[in-house]
Amino acid sequence: MNIEGRDLTIGYPDQTVGRGLDVALSTGEVLALLGPNGGGKTTLLKTLLGLLKPKAGEVRLGDKPLDEYSVRERARVIAYVPQVHIGTFAFTVETVVLMGRTAHGNLFSRPTTHDRAVAHSVLERFGISALANRPYTMISGGERQLVLLARALAQEPRFIVLDEPTASLDFGNQGKVMNEIRALAKSGHGVLFTTHDPNHALRAADRAYLLRDGVRIADGPAATVLNREQLKALYQASIDQLIDRDSGAVAFLPG
Amino acid sequence: MTRSALPGLAIAIGVLIAGLLLAFTIGRYPVSLAELGNVLLAKISGHRPDVSPAVESVILQVRGPRVLAAALVGAALAVAGTAFQGLFRNPLVSPDILGASSGAALGAVVGIFLSLGVLAIQGLAFVGGLLAVGAVYVIGSAVRARDPILVLVLTGVVVGALLGAGVGLVKYLADPYNQLPAMTFWLLGSLAAANASDLLPLFGPVAIGSAVLVALRWRMNVMSLPEEEARSLGVATGPLRVAIVAAATLTTSASVATAGIIGWVGLVVPHLSRSLVGPDFARLLPTAAILGGGYLLLIDTLARTAAEVEIPLGILTAVIGTPFFIWLLASMQRTWS
Repeated sequence: MNIEGRDLTIGYPDQTVGRGLDVALSTGEVLALLGPNGGGKTTLLKTLLGLLKPKAGEVRLGDKPLDEYSVRERARVIAYVPQVHIGTFAFTVETVVLMGRTAHGNLFSRPTTHDRAVAHSVLERFGISALANRPYTMISGGERQLVLLARALAQEPRFIVLDEPTASLDFGNQGKVMNEIRALAKSGHGVLFTTHDPNHALRAADRAYLLRDGVRIADGPAATVLNREQLKALYQASIDQLIDRDSGAVAFLPG
Repeated sequence: MTRSALPGLAIAIGVLIAGLLLAFTIGRYPVSLAELGNVLLAKISGHRPDVSPAVESVILQVRGPRVLAAALVGAALAVAGTAFQGLFRNPLVSPDILGASSGAALGAVVGIFLSLGVLAIQGLAFVGGLLAVGAVYVIGSAVRARDPILVLVLTGVVVGALLGAGVGLVKYLADPYNQLPAMTFWLLGSLAAANASDLLPLFGPVAIGSAVLVALRWRMNVMSLPEEEARSLGVATGPLRVAIVAAATLTTSASVATAGIIGWVGLVVPHLSRSLVGPDFARLLPTAAILGGGYLLLIDTLARTAAEVEIPLGILTAVIGTPFFIWLLASMQRTWS
């Protein structure tokens, strides 16, 4: 299955953010979306999620245009992991994860025994079962990110789209989330995430998509596309490249 | 540390029972608990009670309708406040926020000004409330903005101010000897005039509005997340918001039509209920309804008995509500994003 944006013009009613964008994501692959602030990453993400209508062009999901899916049908195929937020009300972690099951019930239904079983199994998968009855507002930022990932997985989607999943995390949790992203692709999900750190893209993504001022600069295998020249062009900044002598792993340093 | 809803619910029920007992027994004509039990048991079993007819009349004809009206109005305002707070993702909003109360107030003072009957005045209050919210909604949706909720709330404030000016104009034009006192009395909120014939037009809309909200309880949990998140979880936020606003306005308008403007109940009670049973609407809505009924019963009993003359309800709820709001605002600063 595919999510595919064709010749997209993206933006808001009073503002065009990007033009002529083609982007595709298949199940089983991880795509990282990189680019400077204000370059259109989040706008493109929301357009692919169906939260924002493209101003021109078309987003297709499988063999149909995305806007032919109902909100509920869409939520059973694509899950969205927003940037971590605190939340207004102190729902328990279990309730937050159960909200991921909403699209599987009808307008009036409450979570069923099956929904609870799914919620508990995803909590277990991320090793946070112990948090189930804690208020979501009282756990750490890293734990919240895992809870939101668990909620997305509880939707039983084919695709998971994450907005800067590592932005507010400490070093250890960043690695943990990268590993989870790899594991999601291995279990057959298509994963799209935005990031400010090319190293995260190198670590977790199969492909990288570079976006500057609403224009695609490059789209290809992460290991090829993410090189010093491309990153210099993308961020208009000087960048050092480090290579591990033993493993051959590559990393970049800004400045 | 999973929290069972039972202790919180038990407290709410305790407040309601205390409210009921005090409301029936305290007053210019004190009634003992034994007499109250006797009359109520007799009423249920169909026997004649062995108390004086005066006591029976105080319990059944004088206080009975007022007690039921207070419980219903309190429940209605609390349920509407719970729904609005969830929908607007803000624990500081209340049913007044979308112009429901001010629309109903304008409808009622126009009815008094035109010297209409009680039922017609209630009807106008009701229509005024629904029209005001409808107008706020249409204007709020027509203004294109990235934060539709904020626009809606601000539109409610602005339209409410205009309706308040309308109320002022009608009061200015009103006959100062016959009409103005009635308007003032009504605008301050009171259950003194509640009688048995008020109960059905109050109960119907409150029951319908609450039933809709209870049916949507799980979706309301999801609706309290940011708009885009709720949609990505499969909730069609637009139509659902209309349904929730309509249901909450229905219960608000019905209670305003019966008892006038009683502010703050819809702000204070949902917050207290949330601290009792947590934010899940499946528990929160029934708890708020029960606690709201008990809360207004206690306040109404205080209004009847605290002074020589009856104190308007709106004044008492404001005296309690204002410091509560300030305390809430101060303690919220840390967690409210």
